[in-house]
This record gives sequence, structure tokens and C-alpha cells, in this order.
Amino acid sequence: MKNPIITLLNPPKISATYSVVGHKEAEGPLGNLFNEVCDNDKFEKETWEQAESEMQLRAIKGAIKSAGLQETEIDLILAGDLLNQCVGSNYALSSIDLPFVGLYGACSTCALGLAIGSCLYNGKILDTCICATSSHFCSSERQFRFPLEYGGQRTPTSQWTTTGAGAFALGKEGTVKITEILFGKAIDKGITDISNMGAAMAPSAIDTLKRYFQNSSHSPDYFDLIVTGDLGYEGSEILKDLLLGEGVDIRKNHVDCGLMIFDREGQDAHAGGSGCGCSAVVMACDIIPNLEKGILKDVLFVGTGALMSPISVFQGSSIPAISHLVHLSRG
Amino acid sequence: MKKQEYIEYVESRAKKSPVLKNCCFAFLFGGSICILGQIFIDLYTMWGMEEKTAGTTASITLIFLASLLTGLGVFDNIAKIAGAGTLVPITGFSNAVTSQAIDAKSEGYVLGVGAKIFSIAGPVIVYAILSGTVYGVIYYAITAIWG
Repeated sequence: MKNPIITLLNPPKISATYSVVGHKEAEGPLGNLFNEVCDNDKFEKETWEQAESEMQLRAIKGAIKSAGLQETEIDLILAGDLLNQCVGSNYALSSIDLPFVGLYGACSTCALGLAIGSCLYNGKILDTCICATSSHFCSSERQFRFPLEYGGQRTPTSQWTTTGAGAFALGKEGTVKITEILFGKAIDKGITDISNMGAAMAPSAIDTLKRYFQNSSHSPDYFDLIVTGDLGYEGSEILKDLLLGEGVDIRKNHVDCGLMIFDREGQDAHAGGSGCGCSAVVMACDIIPNLEKGILKDVLFVGTGALMSPISVFQGSSIPAISHLVHLSRG
Repeated sequence: MKKQEYIEYVESRAKKSPVLKNCCFAFLFGGSICILGQIFIDLYTMWGMEEKTAGTTASITLIFLASLLTGLGVFDNIAKIAGAGTLVPITGFSNAVTSQAIDAKSEGYVLGVGAKIFSIAGPVIVYAILSGTVYGVIYYAITAIWG
């Protein structure tokens, strides 16, 4: 059978990263690593949806500037968010005069963008592209759950949508390259609880990682880190437990972006962060800089997304999930 | 792992909400709101209102206070601890309506606030009227038969 792992013979490099976050993220464990912080989460805009677009726009422009590029040198922007019809990205990109493809993979969108961008670079279809994602607690909460001021109680397994946008410039300059890609499958294991998305997403991460290690010459120990984003506490525990049952032990080097971005106890984030801005800003501010510095050498990044809509949840449908894998390597 | 096995595995390991603690806080907060309501009733009666009017006015006062606290961004912080204590009394209804109105404001006063204001509290109104009607029909039938 054909190997499902896409090995990039002409791997792109990450020329620059840029992260923009809200106040709660800035108060978290990674607080001093972000490029830009907005204290009131409004980004000087009228609505939360406009605020999200502004945040994503700042991340994209920041990444272009950090890479030392002019806008005219960018061939394509791949961007996505959690809002209906991808309006977070659509409105952000309407103020930039560049070709744009909107992506939806829920919280896996960051990995999806990097994967597609890398494939296009590998095939010499483009020379430089920007991959960006965003999520905003206030716009997501409105769309997927309850009004912001609604007085409800969260369950211990619920996750907190990150207010953040991350952007990555892919091109020929840089020290970190993307060498392998494995696209995920939509997997539904029957979870219907929207407050336990970690459990809904874990089976897809298990499937992707299992397929990767079955088809790769590398073992889990080869990697300095196996980063999932964002399973939170519940999903991470399920992932490690069930993968161990399949003979894949990632307990030593697994980290999850949802667990890194907030202090779960101190910041009342329950099972941790989520949202496609979460893995984007954690990768942009922490993991990739550590690869650039040489603290890390090989990292597997598995973006995990829960693919439900508010309507499908109300109709009682279970939540399918998807996990895309990207192998980041220094040098 | 089959779907059913996985669902059972997930349910068995997921940390449950602290029911006993939540019940205790709900009792304390809910009880305090009722005491506050009683204080208002006593005050209004003292000021010369009839008992029935005083009761209705006390409810309206609680609705106003919950709505005000929602607008000030305080209610959800209290409700996070109080849970059913703030949800079950009339304060929960007030919060559900006000919070939705605040959120929908960006979509305009007709298709936003007007159309969405009852999207959380609406079911309470619908089923209260429905059950009231059913009760009324049954009551009418019984009194018609047995007088």
C-alpha cells in the first residue's frame, strides 16, 4: 500500500512567525513570549467579529514584516478561523491586496494551513506564502455556546477558546523546515458532549499518530516533542492512554498547546485552551522559536479539530474530528 | 475500540462536576435571593402596598437587579459559583434575556435584539404558556363534569 506520509523533497522553511493575543493569554504562562497583546480584546473595533479580523490582520502583517518581505513578494495567503463562512479571515484579508484561500479545519486549521502551504511550496507552485489562523473567545462563545454575560457553570472537561492569532511565513529563508505531512481523516467516535471536545478529538489524533508511526522509520523517541493542539487535559490523557494501548508510547515527550497557554487552575480555564488561534500562537511564540534556537530539533505538530456546527450539535449528531500532522525539523 | 466502548471509556474517566458543592452553593445563593425578595415584600408592604402588589413589585425589583448586574458584567461571575442558585429564581430568566440582548445588539435592534432576545429564555415562555393552557383545559373539563 502507498505510504500516506507525504515526504517533502523540496521542504519550505519557516521564515518568520508572529503572534497576537488577548489579555487572558497574556496573563498565562507564555505571557511574555507573544509579539503583540491587546488588553481589552477589542483591538479598537466595534464588534468581536471585527476584533478577530483585526487581530488576524495584525498577525499576517507582523509575519510579513518579521520575514523582511514586501507584500508584493507573497504569492498566497492561507487563512482560517472558527466563524461561520470563515468571516474572521475573509474580512481580515479584504484589506490586503493578495491572493487568499480560506480554510476550515476547526482547531486543526493551523496545521492544515502549514501542510497545504508546504505542499504547494514543495511542488514549486509558489515561493512564499503566509499561513494564518485566529480564534476569539468572544466571537466563538457567541456562535457555539451562550451569550458572553450568560450566567452558567462550565463542566470540568470544557475548554476555553483562545483569543489569539498566529501567522507563519513559509519560504526559502529560515532554520526550521517542514519535512513531512500526514493529512488526517474525519473520525467520529460517537461523542455528543460539546463540553468534552478533548474526548471528541482524541480518536482522530490517535489515528493520525498511529498511521504516522506505522509508516515512518522514526519512533516516538526520535522527536523532542510531540505537540497536539488542542486536546486540553481530558483529550491529552485519553490520547496518551489509548496510544499506549496500541503500543505507541508518547508519555515522555507529549505536550498540548491547550495545556501550555493557560494556567488551568489559576486562570479558571478548566480543561485548557482551544480554538484555532491556540495552537497557532503557541507554535509561533514558543515551539518554533525553540526550534530556531536549537533547544528542539525535531517536533511533530498534530493539529486537532472538532468539526461540529451549532446546528449539528442541537440535532444530537455526534462530533467528528480531524487531525493533521506536520513534521518540523531544524536545519 | 468500538463507538459504544469509547463512549463508556470517556464517561468513566471524565471528571464530574462537583454536585454536592454546587448544590450547597445553589442553596445558599438561591436562599439569599429569596430572603432578599422577602425583604423587598416586607418593605413594600410597610410602605403601604397590598401584599399581592408587593410580591409582584419584589419580583420586578429582582428582575431589574439581575438585569443591571448582567449589564455591569458582574452576574456571570456570581453565577459561576452560585449555579442553580441564580439560575432557578427569576434572576436566571432576567440574565438569559439581558445577556442575549447585549450580545445581539451588534446585529441591530430588529434582527439582532428583537429577533434573538428570547433565544435562551424563549422555551420557558413557550412551555409555561403551553402547560398553563393544558392545565386550564383539564381544570375546565373537571369542573364541567363534577361541578
